[in-house]
Amino acid sequence: MSNEPVEQQTVLQRVLDDINFIMMLGLVIPTVLYTLWGVMEVASLPIAR
Amino acid sequence: MGYSFTAPDKNWAREPIERTEILWIIIAGSWCLFMFVWMIAWHWIGNQNMNTEAYKTFTDVYAKKTEEFTKQYTVRQDASDPSLPVVAPPPGSDVYIAGSIFQWRPVLELQKGKSYRLHISSLDYVHGFSLQPENINFQAYPGYEQVITVTPNKAGTYGIVCNDYCGLGHHTMLGRIYVKE
Amino acid sequence: MAITTAQSPFRTDPLTGLRIDLTAQALVKTNAVLAVVFLLVGGLAGLLVALTRWPAVHLLPADLFYMALTAHGLVALVVWIVFFEMAVIYFCATSLLNCRLAAPKWAWAQVVLMTVGTAITTVAVLQGESSVMFSAYVPLAAAPHFYLGIILFAVGALIGCFVFWGTLVIAKEEKTYEGSLPLTVYGCMIAVVIAVFTLATGAVILIPAFLWSLGLIKSVDPMMYRVVFWGFGHSSQQINVTAHITIWYTVAGLAFGAKPMSEKVSRTAFLLYICFLQLGSTHHLLSDPGLSASWKIVNTSYMMYLAVLASLIHGLTVPGSIEVAQRRNGLDNGLFEWLRKCPWGNPVFSSTILSIIIFGFIGGISGVVMSVEQINMIIHNTIYVPGHFHGTVAGGTTLAFMGLTYYLVPVLFQRQLILKPLAAIQPWLFGGGMAVFAVALMGAGTLGVPRRHQDMTFAGQALAYDYGGMNQLLMAIGEIGGVISVVGGAAFILIIVGSILMGEPVPANAKCIVAPPADAGGHKKIGMGGFEAPGTFVLALTLFVCLVLYYFVNFKYLATLWPLT
Repeated sequence: MSNEPVEQQTVLQRVLDDINFIMMLGLVIPTVLYTLWGVMEVASLPIAR
Repeated sequence: MGYSFTAPDKNWAREPIERTEILWIIIAGSWCLFMFVWMIAWHWIGNQNMNTEAYKTFTDVYAKKTEEFTKQYTVRQDASDPSLPVVAPPPGSDVYIAGSIFQWRPVLELQKGKSYRLHISSLDYVHGFSLQPENINFQAYPGYEQVITVTPNKAGTYGIVCNDYCGLGHHTMLGRIYVKE
Repeated sequence: MAITTAQSPFRTDPLTGLRIDLTAQALVKTNAVLAVVFLLVGGLAGLLVALTRWPAVHLLPADLFYMALTAHGLVALVVWIVFFEMAVIYFCATSLLNCRLAAPKWAWAQVVLMTVGTAITTVAVLQGESSVMFSAYVPLAAAPHFYLGIILFAVGALIGCFVFWGTLVIAKEEKTYEGSLPLTVYGCMIAVVIAVFTLATGAVILIPAFLWSLGLIKSVDPMMYRVVFWGFGHSSQQINVTAHITIWYTVAGLAFGAKPMSEKVSRTAFLLYICFLQLGSTHHLLSDPGLSASWKIVNTSYMMYLAVLASLIHGLTVPGSIEVAQRRNGLDNGLFEWLRKCPWGNPVFSSTILSIIIFGFIGGISGVVMSVEQINMIIHNTIYVPGHFHGTVAGGTTLAFMGLTYYLVPVLFQRQLILKPLAAIQPWLFGGGMAVFAVALMGAGTLGVPRRHQDMTFAGQALAYDYGGMNQLLMAIGEIGGVISVVGGAAFILIIVGSILMGEPVPANAKCIVAPPADAGGHKKIGMGGFEAPGTFVLALTLFVCLVLYYFVNFKYLATLWPLT
């Protein structure tokens, strides 16, 4: 390990570099906003008279 | 120095953004925001919006409803195909149309400028309800009944084409709506 | 944590200076060759479809037409592209990170599963009992092995994704690279994340459909099926978008020595993709009953159009980075000297730039407009839809993949390209034909012509609807464009297969073909009016004006329709 002073990386860089976090986002957001919400809308339709 | 395929500088997120990109992001971002607001606003300022009224149903129930509706308001048999009843429901009423392989039944006769509650469903497979030449298109499912209030604003003969694949006779699946002055 | 370092043999490639893992190279070559084979199959099926929808030719009877259309959709839209993507992600993860491939045995399992799956489904389609289209909406039933093949294919692809991910982990553990992932590998990683969502969603819906086709479960709800299916069907195309944009960035570097204008902007745009691109699955359900306007608007707009913003950013930064590189290399006069003096006869470059133009101006603009909740009603299920996605997938993805293939055949197979004059015009044939095809079909779709339809004349039908001469003409023009692009596709296959089999070997002392980095010292003042890429900015504004005009033209037309509430 070198001892030269390392400039702190920005939060954005650390977030973008965290591939596991990216994977989590990429699975959770569409599953919740698209799939689960969509399926719930279909499931909650009333029965026709 | 470097390429897209080599490791970036250590603190790449601190590099300044060039003017071309900044200005483009502002322009493109504003337009994106506008499109979002406009799509919502069209629900109030526009006259063409999809009603989200829909019901879960059963194909036999919907078939029966359509049949009763047809019996009640049949005025004649269609000139092009005498096996098809032409149904003229009163303005404002509930109108039923059913897709099944390979037909949209019944033929409807509506009045220009009057509103109808149009129910659309399928009795077997997934069909596409495509009103021509208006080019208004909906998806029709077996087991789901959609209700949409339509107000024909031009007189004429309209075709209903099935535009989602429903089997080998898909391209023969048609229906018709007459709109009278 | 220590990971045992199984040293697999490497070679250093003279053309690129890359250290190439030989195990990975074998896998990349196998996947790429299979991809090209399936491009041939998909292209032939596409030719049959085009010749049937060309009204004057009307080649196939209904049963064969729907069979060919099902085969074309599956093979050209999915199989060719996913095989190629497997080749790309293996290559990038190993060669660009200077790393060995994780779990090569699993990677071979990917090849076998995807090949066997494709074969099973293709047989099912050719047997004639499974002409159900790519989307296979229940309760339209296909033979059980139709679904089984797709499931095996998807499992194979999922394994490929995990091999890629494992390679990233190993590279980090073994410190084979420093700092952040290169943008190219980063883009692959984004595509792989979208792929994992896509394939998992596909499993959720295709396994029940498979069980239903076997009679093991009684029914699958048709609307649930469509909602979940498009989480798979549409997202699979979002993988392609991410992959081909990654290739654009890469080719800009390979051919011009360009570096991304701003790593921060490009990577943030990729983050927007991860968060919101997959919501676009709802584009298929905008004219469906029962789904609320809130759900439709949130999803169809990719959460306030943030993923559209990301695409607009990539569309600027890739040509922008080329412009900056060209200007730094001395082509700094006027707005467009850099563009005029691009190597237009080099298929690597021309494929890429045509892919950018076709994807942006045709696929992109139409995609944004047709995915407006209300405008979708005048486009849903018309032939506008195939027009749009041939602009994105064929003109965008396939063309970008072709360009990269021209670059990588000499690297991976160590053979020089044959038929170079044909290669120089091939992207123009394929891309030009596809552009004509897409625009003509979008025109016919605007006038109501249905997709997935064997006879738009309704010959012999009592209630026949007359689409009119204009539509016959548009369909003829479109399908002629389609045939031209098939010729372009055939030329591509001929050149690539011919080069692999008969090309001159690349000499061991060959010159490096990677363009030297454009002077990126930041000292030399380039551009005009304080803009480093003014030409690209003008081009981007042109796209912007087209998009805005086309958007409002569609609303103007929509406003004349029967009022609907």
